[in-house]
Amino acid sequence: MPVIEIENLTKDFLVGFWKKRPVRALDNVSLQVEQGEIFGFLGPNGAGKSTTLKILMHLLHPTSGATRILGDPVDSVGMRRRIGFLPENPYFYDYLTPEELLTYIGRLFGIRQPVLSQKVRTLLETVGLADARSVQLRKFSKGMVQRIGIAQAIINDPEIVFLDEPMSGLDPLGRMEVRRIITALKAAGVTVFFSSHILPDVEALCDRVAILNKGKLQEVGVLEDILKVRIEGHEVILAGWSDETLKTIRRSCEEVRTMGDRLHVRIGSREQMEPVLKYVFEERLELISMNPIRPSLEEYFFQELKR
Amino acid sequence: MTRILVIAKNTFRENVRDKVLYNLILFALIMIFTSLIIGQLSLGNEVKIILDLGLASISIFGMLIAIFLGIGLVYKELDKRTIYVLLAKPVRRHEFILGKYLGLLYTLLVNVAVMTVGLELALLYQGETAWSVFLNLLPAVFMIYLSLALVTALALLFSTFSTPALSALFTFFLWIIGHFGRDLLYFGELSKSVFVNWICAGIYYVIPNLSIFKIMGSRHIIQSLSFYRPMDPSVVAAAFFYCLLYCAVILSLSIAIFLRRDFK
Ligand SMILES: Nc1ncnc2c1ncn2[C@@H]1O[C@H](COP(=O)(O)OP(=O)(O)OP(=O)(O)O)[C@@H](O)[C@H]1O
Ligand SMILES: [Mg+2]
Repeated sequence: MPVIEIENLTKDFLVGFWKKRPVRALDNVSLQVEQGEIFGFLGPNGAGKSTTLKILMHLLHPTSGATRILGDPVDSVGMRRRIGFLPENPYFYDYLTPEELLTYIGRLFGIRQPVLSQKVRTLLETVGLADARSVQLRKFSKGMVQRIGIAQAIINDPEIVFLDEPMSGLDPLGRMEVRRIITALKAAGVTVFFSSHILPDVEALCDRVAILNKGKLQEVGVLEDILKVRIEGHEVILAGWSDETLKTIRRSCEEVRTMGDRLHVRIGSREQMEPVLKYVFEERLELISMNPIRPSLEEYFFQELKR
Repeated sequence: MTRILVIAKNTFRENVRDKVLYNLILFALIMIFTSLIIGQLSLGNEVKIILDLGLASISIFGMLIAIFLGIGLVYKELDKRTIYVLLAKPVRRHEFILGKYLGLLYTLLVNVAVMTVGLELALLYQGETAWSVFLNLLPAVFMIYLSLALVTALALLFSTFSTPALSALFTFFLWIIGHFGRDLLYFGELSKSVFVNWICAGIYYVIPNLSIFKIMGSRHIIQSLSFYRPMDPSVVAAAFFYCLLYCAVILSLSIAIFLRRDFK
């Protein structure tokens, strides 16, 4: 059963001072997210990712279309007990400390003491803010704010978390930690819906992705499937080679590079694959790896979305 | 209900940590103590002067606090986008508005209390020791508080759809003309034109009628103070119900606007 349902969602913003004219930010977007998956929501700047998330959070009213979360309409308060949300570039009350902020949010969910303070403590540990627990938030760095944002999104043990660019503003270590948190959430059965343009994170985490461009949905599916359509050959890495090997392989493949004691061979087609592999087995060379060459998400973005 | 109180409590805490508040209270207290000096200059009328200036200070600085904090109330949450976090929680939009409003009412209550204590101390210093004077001050301050509750509701209403500068201007403007509401009604009745009469009556009923609360320095309080007689409770009760009704209408309007809003 899908836990997030988006059907023919369209959103027009009225812009202009006197003569308002509609600008279409989302154009007939439909997609479904299944329970327990990590779903990546991708697209360049201005694609409509945040707009979609805001509609799901009932912060924006859609122009047309239907949205449901956990089977409930998005304005249901009962449903919102069961989800978490991290907005894009979040901001919190200047004069509160992380501890106070989380306590405040926890109270809105009706979590009582002493469970609440225990929970706040573990959450601060989880997001790496235990040392800053009583520093006012206005003294926080961008990455620290992002971390407290993640903490407040999961304080109610949600069934689904919506994260709008959770990695933005984080240092590499912070990004690794957020990856870890997201994987831990998935392991606990939580559905994670996150938008991002940091592609390595998406590649590392997501079960499925949707790619949005200029308000239109371009693709939905398993990342591998979207990219595999365009397999451009294979890369074979060999060890234990000699000059003889190099000469032989060069005869059938044009792209051969040496890197230290490794030999990187790029095989463009099926016809090239057979002689090379045969030679490798006959000569008992060491086969380190053999991988399909597919465009990275970055390359896909460049090729597909530039058009 | 608990969510409204949770939001109210947080609003109060946020206000308490805001420096603007302390500056305003400090000014009010300075004003009150200045009235002591001015009182010394006017022979025989010290208590009246101190009361006039003191209550006026409470009213004016209370109004400034109500406007500054009241407008920031919703606007700051929108501007800083903290509202995104809050409304994605199990919080209904009317709970948000009511929570914010109650939080500010509580802040105002504490502030008015502090200023009142200042005023009582000034009276004490002046040599005024009659208990009835201290007690009779309370209904007067209560009336001021009611007018502040009304101003706050107005500030909140404007801040749900307008910029802070405009909201402040609107609210301040209404606060001023609100004190002359009754004069407007008289003016309409004096006018020969039925049309003008109607317009004035219309405006009179729409704008907040702050003259109801305006007993500072006026006959009511001074008489009751100087004759050591309690104030007419029906005046206070009428003001209270007027305030209740007016605030209910204004808050409902704010909620209605807030419900339709897109948070961009
Ligand atoms: N309040 C608004 N008024 C008018 N247009 C808007 C408004 N908010 C968003 N838009 C437009 O809607 C489109 C989608 O914006 P959105 O913020 O959803 O993009 P995004 O995918 O989140 O981009 P980013 O990666 O930069 O966060 C953009 O073209 C933007 O100009
Ligand atoms: Mg965005």
